[in-house]
Amino acid sequence: MRRILSENGWVIGLAAMLALLLIFTKMIQPQFGLSGLDSLSRAVLPFAFATAAMAVVVIAGGIDLSVASMMAVTSVTAALLMQGAGDVAAAGVVVFVLLLGLAMGALNGALIVVTRVPDIVVTLSMLFVWEGVALLVLNAPGGAAAGWLKAMIVGGVTIPGVPDGMTAWLPRSTLFMALVIGAIWLPIRRSRLGLSIYAIGSDANAAFRSGVPVARTRIAAYAICGLLSACGGLSLTFSTGIGEPIPGPYLLASVAGVVLGGVVLGGGRGGLLGPIIAVVILRLVRLDLTLLAVDPNVTTIIEGTIMVVVVMLGGLLAAKGRH
Amino acid sequence: MRDLAQPTPIKRLVRFLGDNPMIPLIVLLLGLIGLLEVLRPGIVNERWIANTIKFAIPLAMLAACQTLTMLTGGIDLSAGVVATIAAFVMATQVPHLGVPLAIAVSLVPALLIGLLNGVGIAFFRVHPLIMTLGTGLVGTGILQVYQRSVIASGSVVPEVLGWLGSGRTWGVPNALVLFVPFAVVLIIGQRRTGFGRLLYALGANPGAARLSGVRAWQVYIALYVLSALIAGITGLLYVGLIKAPSLSLVNPLMLPSVAAAVIGGTSIFGGRGGYGGTILGALILTVLGTMLTLLQMPEGVRRILFGAIILAVTAIYIRLTESN
Amino acid sequence: MAKQDSPAPILDASGVSKTFGAVIALRDASLRIDAGEIVALMGANGAGKSTFVKILTGALRPDSGHVRIRGRDTNVASPSQARKSGLVPVYQEPSLIPDLDVADNLTLGSTPKEPFRHWVSELGIADLRLDAKIGQLPLATLRILDLARALATEPDVLLLDEMTAALPTNLVERVLRVVRQQATSGRAVIYISHRFSEIAELCDRASVLRDGVTVGDLPIGPAVEDQIVELMLGAKLAPNRKREVVAADVAAPGSMPRLKVRGLGDGAKLGNVSFDLHPGEVLGVVGLEGQGQDELFDILAGFRPAKAGSFEIDGRPATFRDPADAIAAGVTLVPGDRANALFMDRSVQENIAVPLLARLRHWGPIPMRAQTRRVNDAIERLQIETRAQGEVRRLSGGNQQKVTIARWIAKGVQTLLLFDPTRGIDVRTKRQIYALVRDLADQGAAVLFYTSELNEVRLACDRAVVIFGGRVVDVIDAAEADDQTLMRAAYGLTEDADESVPA
Repeated sequence: MRRILSENGWVIGLAAMLALLLIFTKMIQPQFGLSGLDSLSRAVLPFAFATAAMAVVVIAGGIDLSVASMMAVTSVTAALLMQGAGDVAAAGVVVFVLLLGLAMGALNGALIVVTRVPDIVVTLSMLFVWEGVALLVLNAPGGAAAGWLKAMIVGGVTIPGVPDGMTAWLPRSTLFMALVIGAIWLPIRRSRLGLSIYAIGSDANAAFRSGVPVARTRIAAYAICGLLSACGGLSLTFSTGIGEPIPGPYLLASVAGVVLGGVVLGGGRGGLLGPIIAVVILRLVRLDLTLLAVDPNVTTIIEGTIMVVVVMLGGLLAAKGRH
Repeated sequence: MRDLAQPTPIKRLVRFLGDNPMIPLIVLLLGLIGLLEVLRPGIVNERWIANTIKFAIPLAMLAACQTLTMLTGGIDLSAGVVATIAAFVMATQVPHLGVPLAIAVSLVPALLIGLLNGVGIAFFRVHPLIMTLGTGLVGTGILQVYQRSVIASGSVVPEVLGWLGSGRTWGVPNALVLFVPFAVVLIIGQRRTGFGRLLYALGANPGAARLSGVRAWQVYIALYVLSALIAGITGLLYVGLIKAPSLSLVNPLMLPSVAAAVIGGTSIFGGRGGYGGTILGALILTVLGTMLTLLQMPEGVRRILFGAIILAVTAIYIRLTESN
Repeated sequence: MAKQDSPAPILDASGVSKTFGAVIALRDASLRIDAGEIVALMGANGAGKSTFVKILTGALRPDSGHVRIRGRDTNVASPSQARKSGLVPVYQEPSLIPDLDVADNLTLGSTPKEPFRHWVSELGIADLRLDAKIGQLPLATLRILDLARALATEPDVLLLDEMTAALPTNLVERVLRVVRQQATSGRAVIYISHRFSEIAELCDRASVLRDGVTVGDLPIGPAVEDQIVELMLGAKLAPNRKREVVAADVAAPGSMPRLKVRGLGDGAKLGNVSFDLHPGEVLGVVGLEGQGQDELFDILAGFRPAKAGSFEIDGRPATFRDPADAIAAGVTLVPGDRANALFMDRSVQENIAVPLLARLRHWGPIPMRAQTRRVNDAIERLQIETRAQGEVRRLSGGNQQKVTIARWIAKGVQTLLLFDPTRGIDVRTKRQIYALVRDLADQGAAVLFYTSELNEVRLACDRAVVIFGGRVVDVIDAAEADDQTLMRAAYGLTEDADESVPA
């Protein structure tokens, strides 16, 4: 028990902080209830996927600056293809877009491995490239999303045969996020691939000597990052009903979420749960500031400052870890 | 050493071009201009050249921020936001403070952001890319708040900046009055001042710089403050060219400024390159921009192209240095 | 394929050569080990031992020659393939993933768990939890786990690199016993160690490399140490050239030392080092690889803080937080790896001038004429053969090394720390560097000169301190410092050292 506590102390601390913030929110806004929770959860969705995507590559010892741009590409692609498409076709679109994300991520990884240009430079270039691709697909917000897909992330959970009161407190979007990320990450996490991802981030040389195929693992990590980015892009399209070609503010938020979530920049440590809770906290802080009637632009500044400070502390921790 | 013995003609050519990186850039620039003339005969005339220079100057100045920071292996992604802030603050303060004071005041937030960048990079060891991205975001937020407080008083672009940014005298852009001394100071300064040399040293080998007694934090802070100052001045010049201050004024120059420095032969890993190449890079990109507009290429293609150029040039650079 | 009559050796490597650019690391290395044998692989610094090990383990491909295990050519392109072919190395740096737990590391390396547990307890670690994070285990435990992991895969050949370094005595005994058992049960073991006592106790033979060639293969017997030392040094000792200037009188007790080091330590590698370095003196430092010399030089040059002990410069206690502090106190370092000291893409001029520009007050316009004169004087004094405008990367190794020294000549030398300054450079340049060092000392500089080439003690130094296991084990006058004396001391074979060898 003590071991579990000490190893997951950071995540437990974050969860406690999240609970406190929720209570605080309820205190300053007594009407905050199911619908508030629902809209918060929906707003968090793209951030959570972006953070999860970033976390995977950071665990593998890299970074991907093109996460937000890949989300834009997948979002507009989905919105464009779903326009006028039937419900069944929409499902096909979802599959296609997920594969597209996987391929984009794999391309990022392959470029890093093949060109031997550092990840930060490659993904900066790809940030621009994917941005351009998104604009080519759709040069202004537009497209559509299938109704049943929107319904997946709106409202509370209802299970036939179970009274709504028992399940409705849980926003569908939260369940959606948990199921999707769980379905992608949990099988990988305990597999050889998952161990290899941690291994190359922790000590690439020791990993190589232990027989880990370092290059292939790196590409796989970026591919997973692309897949999760695609989930983020889809969630954007589902919740807004359109595709938006200009990347949202997900890059810095995801880096801040990763750092605050206990994933060390430099790799090898942490998981996905911490970063996701962290990014929820960051969104909740924003919500609370709004509820406290703080000017929304000041809120942006405060949020940005928090993120910059978090990233700075992360830099300091990573530098300490290197010594 | 080994490679002194019998270099092949190709190797010799590569080395010659490596020693004189300006030559391929000039050839490329002339080639693009020639191509433009073929695409649209008669387009290349005195007026076009003056216009191209006029638009290349703000880009070249913003690219100076990238060049200087890239010499140390960094980058300044907040430069565009800083330039916008300076321009916007200046234009909105002119009605209150008058032109000279408004210009002075407008550079204060720029310098503060530069200082913050320097501190984060020097003491907290945040990667410059992440740090400047973050401060840029915060800067944008602050600018939005600021905008609401001055929304009533309106904005004025002083005549002097209009003259400087977009005016011409005997067909020659007035901006050269600012730019020529600026470029001369930078080009001479990068080789003939202690600070300039330390930028190269720090980028070429931070460990060796430390061994030589360089305190990197001093250089980083001075560098990022200087970069922000240049960005601020660029913003003032650019608003004189565009004449309409907005919250995203200089943002379109951000990506090209990085590309201009990279094309100009400055290594994104530090220690190589210089401002001379960057100026050519800015001219090349401006001409390329004209060409893309002429071919009615959408904005998306432009971004893809610039991103691909940065990656390709960097990858080629790595190959070249490895073969040495 | 006909079956061979005589039992084939388990490992048979012969005619192995490898060059890196112009540097020949291995000319003709060979190693033959039969079942049940433990063979010590020996060689002085730079003999090619580590290259040979890399080739045996598949981290490098040989240019020529072959490596066969049980008669099959090993076609090793990666460590995982070498493992499959039957040779399993245990490196000095444990190759376990620090952020994963033990069980995950086993999964990653496809190590069977039960045999692993068996070996761990056999090796004397009773209470290992498989869910313990590697990063939180002590280094000694990690080395044992690494060994247990290797044993669990039942390799044909086991390669142990300094296996007992960093182990406490009780674990050392266990390890030696297990290794011997491995041999008895028909496996082959390659044993690399600096500790003669262990080699004498454990090994059957010693194979000695010198200058990339396997020069001898001796059975271990009484007084084999001297034979091995002789083989490592070569039969012909370098001519003992007497220097004319003997600066020992300058170092007479009573005069104020420039650098006074007392009980310096960094916790792990560097134990307890004390010595005095006087103005006008060249003090050699001799030690096998990894005996604490890197840490010693790093601390003195301001690259890392000392964890124990202290040092004084001209009688004033010194604490350096940064190399800049050391330089301000006149202590300047020429590091072992030139690549760490040079701005390869920049010109010779610029390289030499950087220390002159480092401080804030020199950031402004460079007084070009004065600086060029200073730099050119240094270039001339060191006879650097170059157009001064050319990039440093285009210079020969010798000239590059001269640039790293010229930098401090231009700045002005008070206390110069030279870390193996002649490694990998030509004889003529070496001579020039010895002469220069002597010249500097005659002008009042104090020079600390670590060398991996023993004869340099006679050629360049006044005295030498020998360090072993992070301690000074001997101080030898240059006049008496013949290679054998130094080598024996460096291996901790001097009598008083035997007692102080750390476990």
